[in-house]
Amino acid sequence: MTDLTNLTVAQIRDGHRAGDFSAVEVAEAFNANVADAKALNAFIVETPEHAIEAAKAADADRAAGTLKPLSGVPIGMKDLFCTKGVQTTAASHMLEGFVPRYESTVSQKLWDAGAGMLGKLNLDQFAMGSSNETSYFGNVISPWRRKDGGNAALAPGGSSGGSSAAIAARLCPAATGTDTGGSIRQPAAFTGITGIKPTYGRCSRWGIVAFASSLDQAGPMARDVRDCAIMLENMAGFDPKDATSLDLPVPRWEDALSSDLKGKTVGIPKEYRLDGIDPDIDAMWDAGIAMLKDAGADVVEVSLPHTRYALPAYYIIAPAEASSNLARYDGVRYGLRDLPQGAGLQEMYAATRAEGFGAEVKRRIMIGTYVLSAGFYDAYYTQAQKVRTLIARDFEAAFASCDVILAPTAPSAAFGLGEKAADPLAMYLNDVFAVPASLAGLPAMSVPAALNREGLPLGLQIIGKAFDEQGVLNAGLAIEERAGFTARAEKWW
Amino acid sequence: MAIDQATVRKIASLARIAISDAEAAAMEGELNGILGWVEQLGEVDVSGVEPMTAVIPNTLRLRDDVVDADPLTGGNRRDDVLANAPAAQHGFFGVPKVIE
Amino acid sequence: MSDYRIKGETGEWEVVIGLEVHAQVTSNAKLFSGAATAFGAEPNTQVSLVDAAMPGMLPVPNRECVRQAVRTGMAIEARINKWSRFDRKNYFYADLPQGYQISQLYHPLVGEGSLHIEADEKAGIAHGKMIGIERIHVEQDAGKLMHDQHPTMSFVDLNRSGVALMEIVSKPDMRSPAEAGAYLRKLRAILRYVGSCDGNMEEGSMRADVNVSVRRPGEPFGTRTETKNVNSVRFVMQAIEYEARRQVELIESGGAVVQETRLFNPDTGTTRTMRSKEDAHDYRYFPDPDLLPLELDDAFLDECRASLPELPDAKRARYEAAGISAYNAGVLTAEVESARWFDALLDAGAEPKAAANWVTSELFGALNRLGKDISDCPVTPAQAAELLGLVADGTISGSIAKQVFEIMLETGDAPAKIVEEKGLKQTSDTGAIEKVIGEVLAANADKVDQYRGGKEALFGFFVGQTMKAMQGKANPQVVNELLKKALG
Repeated sequence: MTDLTNLTVAQIRDGHRAGDFSAVEVAEAFNANVADAKALNAFIVETPEHAIEAAKAADADRAAGTLKPLSGVPIGMKDLFCTKGVQTTAASHMLEGFVPRYESTVSQKLWDAGAGMLGKLNLDQFAMGSSNETSYFGNVISPWRRKDGGNAALAPGGSSGGSSAAIAARLCPAATGTDTGGSIRQPAAFTGITGIKPTYGRCSRWGIVAFASSLDQAGPMARDVRDCAIMLENMAGFDPKDATSLDLPVPRWEDALSSDLKGKTVGIPKEYRLDGIDPDIDAMWDAGIAMLKDAGADVVEVSLPHTRYALPAYYIIAPAEASSNLARYDGVRYGLRDLPQGAGLQEMYAATRAEGFGAEVKRRIMIGTYVLSAGFYDAYYTQAQKVRTLIARDFEAAFASCDVILAPTAPSAAFGLGEKAADPLAMYLNDVFAVPASLAGLPAMSVPAALNREGLPLGLQIIGKAFDEQGVLNAGLAIEERAGFTARAEKWW
Repeated sequence: MAIDQATVRKIASLARIAISDAEAAAMEGELNGILGWVEQLGEVDVSGVEPMTAVIPNTLRLRDDVVDADPLTGGNRRDDVLANAPAAQHGFFGVPKVIE
Repeated sequence: MSDYRIKGETGEWEVVIGLEVHAQVTSNAKLFSGAATAFGAEPNTQVSLVDAAMPGMLPVPNRECVRQAVRTGMAIEARINKWSRFDRKNYFYADLPQGYQISQLYHPLVGEGSLHIEADEKAGIAHGKMIGIERIHVEQDAGKLMHDQHPTMSFVDLNRSGVALMEIVSKPDMRSPAEAGAYLRKLRAILRYVGSCDGNMEEGSMRADVNVSVRRPGEPFGTRTETKNVNSVRFVMQAIEYEARRQVELIESGGAVVQETRLFNPDTGTTRTMRSKEDAHDYRYFPDPDLLPLELDDAFLDECRASLPELPDAKRARYEAAGISAYNAGVLTAEVESARWFDALLDAGAEPKAAANWVTSELFGALNRLGKDISDCPVTPAQAAELLGLVADGTISGSIAKQVFEIMLETGDAPAKIVEEKGLKQTSDTGAIEKVIGEVLAANADKVDQYRGGKEALFGFFVGQTMKAMQGKANPQVVNELLKKALG
């Protein structure tokens, strides 16, 4: 019998529908893999019973002829999504033990579509990080290792590092992620999987622990483009509870998948050619260009002149919003309370927040507080929002001459845990290619395209016009079909 | 514009994060590093450019004035609201005594 | 110009007052959630996950709250900003679950407007005056802290958290406690006319932050203090008076006024420094990234305008044009319920001047006596119009009308029915009246002689006796004529 955990979402869905296996068998297989992978530390909470319950319902639905789009598919849920009755921590000490009495819109949609939950996936604390090293619940270890005979633990990327590691290690066929400045795409690239951040507003933010409201966007992570399309169809949709939610119908992305790019033009942003970049990255990029040409696309060079300012603008805007979004963690209504002997209210706040937030979260709150403070607001925040306007205009101008943009997802392959932890700036620079699309709210995905000389996966990024997830998915599919990326991490855990 | 430790402590106080002297010293360097780096934004000519207000063209929708239309955004769920409170008493959230 | 002055040791001081009124918007649900706004509910029962700022919760604005603020702005003839947006005001306090208040700093919904206060000799306001209004913005109310339930803890009730407020910011245009009082009363009246706030200060639906400074007349503004959350017109006036005197004494004794937030103590009528919010006021305002700009279209504004009622100034002018005295017009328009009642009375056909006199004396007197509001007046405007009509057409006299009105208040019966049943109809039957006159004159022959001897003041006595004998039902005009004839 085939190992059910090697199946994609589409294969599980179709195989279950065809009666090749039961949903309970699938859930049990993934539950077993989850239980066997403690060494990866991908999950903060495991919920095998949730997966089994959903599987039983799926099997019953099959018998009754009432199958749903994701019946029989167990998934992982990033622990940034509030899940009713299941601890939700954002990987923080602050929210340790917090059990929401409500379900996020996106997770609710997935359960309504028949999916089951294998567990809550580890992440960078409050989604702040690019390596999953800021989690209060410990680092997630990438299943990948360098082909150098060593066993250095590698970063699975971040912030959705639990999601990426779990999918790469076959602990779940798909998972939710969130992307504020690359948190879906970069971990996908680091672990040889696929992930898409849709247009800002496609997925409701209601019930997702907020990091930076104007940037946060949920999206799926999975093993291939089709699975991303299937997942996204069941995550996206208008939500009146989110004032920034897009009131648009959800397209049938899966049905419209096509890798035929005849008549399409792909833009190659010249500013993304960074000096001194890893030659493997450049080589992958060139190969990607060739693949899209092979799929029938025309290729043009485009210019995104403000690219180099995207990251600094992001590191003003995101911390500013975060400093305010995280003010609610004060020890009054939920989560940690640290009340030193004799402390008053304000001392309680300061003690609670000192204890409940990790170093990176504090750093960003401090930066955000500073850039919004009296006398600095215009110089930092207003300036950054103006630069953001220019970055969005760059994309608009570029899209006048192309349909999608192709670039690397990250400037390097996965780095070793601890390698960048001491230098926040070096860590931030890892999102240099991911952040511009975030600032512009555009759909963007990462597709695994090659292995570098160390045997580690590299991802190509496709950035699309607003609302054009289809164009992004189709270009992704064209690369996927041609790259033939079948490598997977050898099991060591 | 470099910030000193006193500024670090002031920001920490505004953000209600207790910090030790050692932390303040460490943060001084880190924050200056980051702020020095983001200050390159000052080079960008933004004359005539409006700050971004909505990343994707969209208009603010307004809600109808109906009470508890959706339980997820309505009231009458005190137990849910208090369920995770560290010090709930008699239907209230408890906090250290405040003198106004 | 107001000539209100504080007399200090070193001379006279002028008081400069600006008011920031927080008015609770009349709406069923909160500004950004679906929780109810009703007053007096059990603690934390009118709290949604959004109001409690649970992780991942998001605000969606209530259309009615926006609409009410716009209508209020239109009522003070203010500029309505079709493009506005919400900002976050960041600070930490136990009554502020989000750690920020969603408010509007940079782009308020309503821009500059104004409000007219009337001259009021008794209150020391010599002339009517326009008071400028800087802006109206919409914001969230905070929760409530209770300090007396527990020895070491304060308790937080979030029922008010997220309720919509309009902050109505005046310019520093007032120069005496009386002007501030008149401004507040007028503003309250307008809010109640518009229906955007119930103006109930006891329940906290309207509170004022009072900005006070003093200066030598003609000099630039002094440093101001802000006394927070004063919740009655009288207290606002007291707070101004106290604060102005305190500042004068402080300056005259060589000190300086510190710009600070103060609290008013209603028991003593004094203000004091507020301890809890002393620390740095760096609110780090920035646009709320959970919300898009608020853009209003013409259809929305047209509906707001069309739904506005006649406002106090217009109503007052209309009353005066109908012959009602300025004083009565002022009294009748001061409260929206009275004005509505009076309009209904006019609609039912009552003659304006007589109706105004009757309402301000008879009706208000009776309600006062009964301890009732006009909203629970036992007599309907239609009944009152009928009563006034009976007087006007000579069916009953004014004095009988008073009797009928008393019966109406008790029974709620229609006046015509009462007149009919009690036989109170006025008679102009000359035969009957002449007969009674004959009897009155016969019984008072001595007085008739005196009258005829030149004591004409006795005429009133004969009228009274005749009316009395006829139980007030005789037409006084006919009585007069017939008496003159009989005595002549």
